[in-house]
Amino acid sequence: MTPILLIIPLAFAILTLLLPRNWARATIIPGLVLQVGAAVLLCIQIYHDGPQDYALGDWQAPLGISLIADGFSVTLLALTSLVAALCAVYAQYFLTRYPREQRYFWPLFWFLLAALNGIWLAGDLFNLYVGLELLGLSAVGMVALTAEKTTLKAALDYLYAALFGSLAYLAGVALLYGAYGTLSIVQLSEMAAANPTTQVALGLMTVGLLLKTAIFPLHYWLPPAHGGALAPVSALLSALVVKASFYILALLWLDVGALAVTVNAAQAMGFLGAGAIFWGSWQAFQTRQIKMLVAYSTVAQLGYLMLLFPLAIGVSEAAAHLAWQGTVLHLLAHAFAKAAMFLAVGTLVLALGHGRINDFGGVSQRNPVALFAFGLSAVSLMGLPPSGGFNAKWLLLQSAIASGQWHWFVVMVIGGLLTAAYVFRVFRVSFVQTAKHDIQETHPALQFSALALALMAIGLGFASEIPMSFMNLTDFTPSPGGSP
Amino acid sequence: MTIDLWYAIVGSIIVALSVFAFLTSRHLMKKLLAFNIMGSGVFLIMVGLPQHQHGVDPVPQALVLTGIVVAVSATALALVILRRYVRAGGNPAP
Repeated sequence: MTPILLIIPLAFAILTLLLPRNWARATIIPGLVLQVGAAVLLCIQIYHDGPQDYALGDWQAPLGISLIADGFSVTLLALTSLVAALCAVYAQYFLTRYPREQRYFWPLFWFLLAALNGIWLAGDLFNLYVGLELLGLSAVGMVALTAEKTTLKAALDYLYAALFGSLAYLAGVALLYGAYGTLSIVQLSEMAAANPTTQVALGLMTVGLLLKTAIFPLHYWLPPAHGGALAPVSALLSALVVKASFYILALLWLDVGALAVTVNAAQAMGFLGAGAIFWGSWQAFQTRQIKMLVAYSTVAQLGYLMLLFPLAIGVSEAAAHLAWQGTVLHLLAHAFAKAAMFLAVGTLVLALGHGRINDFGGVSQRNPVALFAFGLSAVSLMGLPPSGGFNAKWLLLQSAIASGQWHWFVVMVIGGLLTAAYVFRVFRVSFVQTAKHDIQETHPALQFSALALALMAIGLGFASEIPMSFMNLTDFTPSPGGSP
Repeated sequence: MTIDLWYAIVGSIIVALSVFAFLTSRHLMKKLLAFNIMGSGVFLIMVGLPQHQHGVDPVPQALVLTGIVVAVSATALALVILRRYVRAGGNPAP
């Protein structure tokens, strides 16, 4: 069952690349149905039978590729399929105005999905590297689609950051293999001891992954790339792609290197996260372009993910468990909300013909659904109840209290207020009655796919139990100073 | 000091030099070259370091082979985008 999630996107990537344009378009819906169906089936299977291993082509590790599906991976697989499917529905209508870009969007879209699924399922550090590279290359290709001077520059910056990050990660992999003779995550988490080799390796990998996750102060490449790309591309990149490198980072710190990381290093990661929250929100508050606002909001929201490390390392098991649950929920809620926000903003920009926030007057009357989707996703980002974002921040705040780390409590509360500040900038102008110029009609599918994603972000507030019950099926839970 | 450790040391010197070049060069083409040399350094560490226990280890060689394929494709993509960027009027040495 497991490898089918890699075979489907790769097969459809090649199909959409080779088939003539009209035929390629016809394959999209069947492909999405297959993909979502396979992810749901795998979820059900894991729920009943527990975590599973699979050796690709019956070649055993170390030379073969082993796939591991546990509770965390299937949660992320389901998230990826859902978000990607709605972004694809949006893209079908959005890209009718971009015939040339459409030709290359679909192969890249499927390669991106294949890379993401490969990362969620990878059972060893090297396959994570291959997944990261594939992900980076397809994401850069999608940013460069419009081939304008500014987006090409953004794509180049993104590519160089991604390549540098991957090599730093690979250097760490080389050191770990040299020291322990294995790359399997399960084996390494039992073997990796607190010695200089492990710590240098973890340090190199962490720097590489921080660069790829665009954590402050290494976020310079993200706003132009995510803000400049086409709307469905931005949604995919912000919702899913940056989460992949965070997933590996969490795996390294809480599982593989759990014995080698120190409390001070974890606190330092938290400070980077706090920097991201403040700097990202401030930039979002200042920018004039709506898409840059949403992109900087991603920078800020990624900061919350970094708070996992100080909240889960060197604290009691109960506090670590809360931090872990809160982070997973934040990851899911942010993915839905940010995809919804980028799609909604893409629709508004399409209708207005520009992205200047100050000239957003009148959209509340002509594009109420898109603006409503924007509002709902903003509710989740701010962490207002009822929403997935609220539950996530509630759990993180509880964890900070349980471990007595009040400084992170303060950071999160201020972060929520700052989010409200930059989001309300948009509402302040969009409810102005008079439009300065024509607002075009947009296809209803554009508005409703964004609304569907926003409703999922809100609905996650009522259905938080589902991802949490899956999380209990994974053997990767943080425990202070030891492997699980 | 064994001969195998030498590979790793030479590899890390190459990595250090190319990281310096990557961070200080402004020309995008030079950065790309630095990235390629950095890759070679990492690959040298990868094949050199694990040999000291039980002779030649086939696994890192397979990994490096994959790594080279990835590096070549990444370089090709970077070159294409760089060419398009320069044609669109961009400055390769900002």
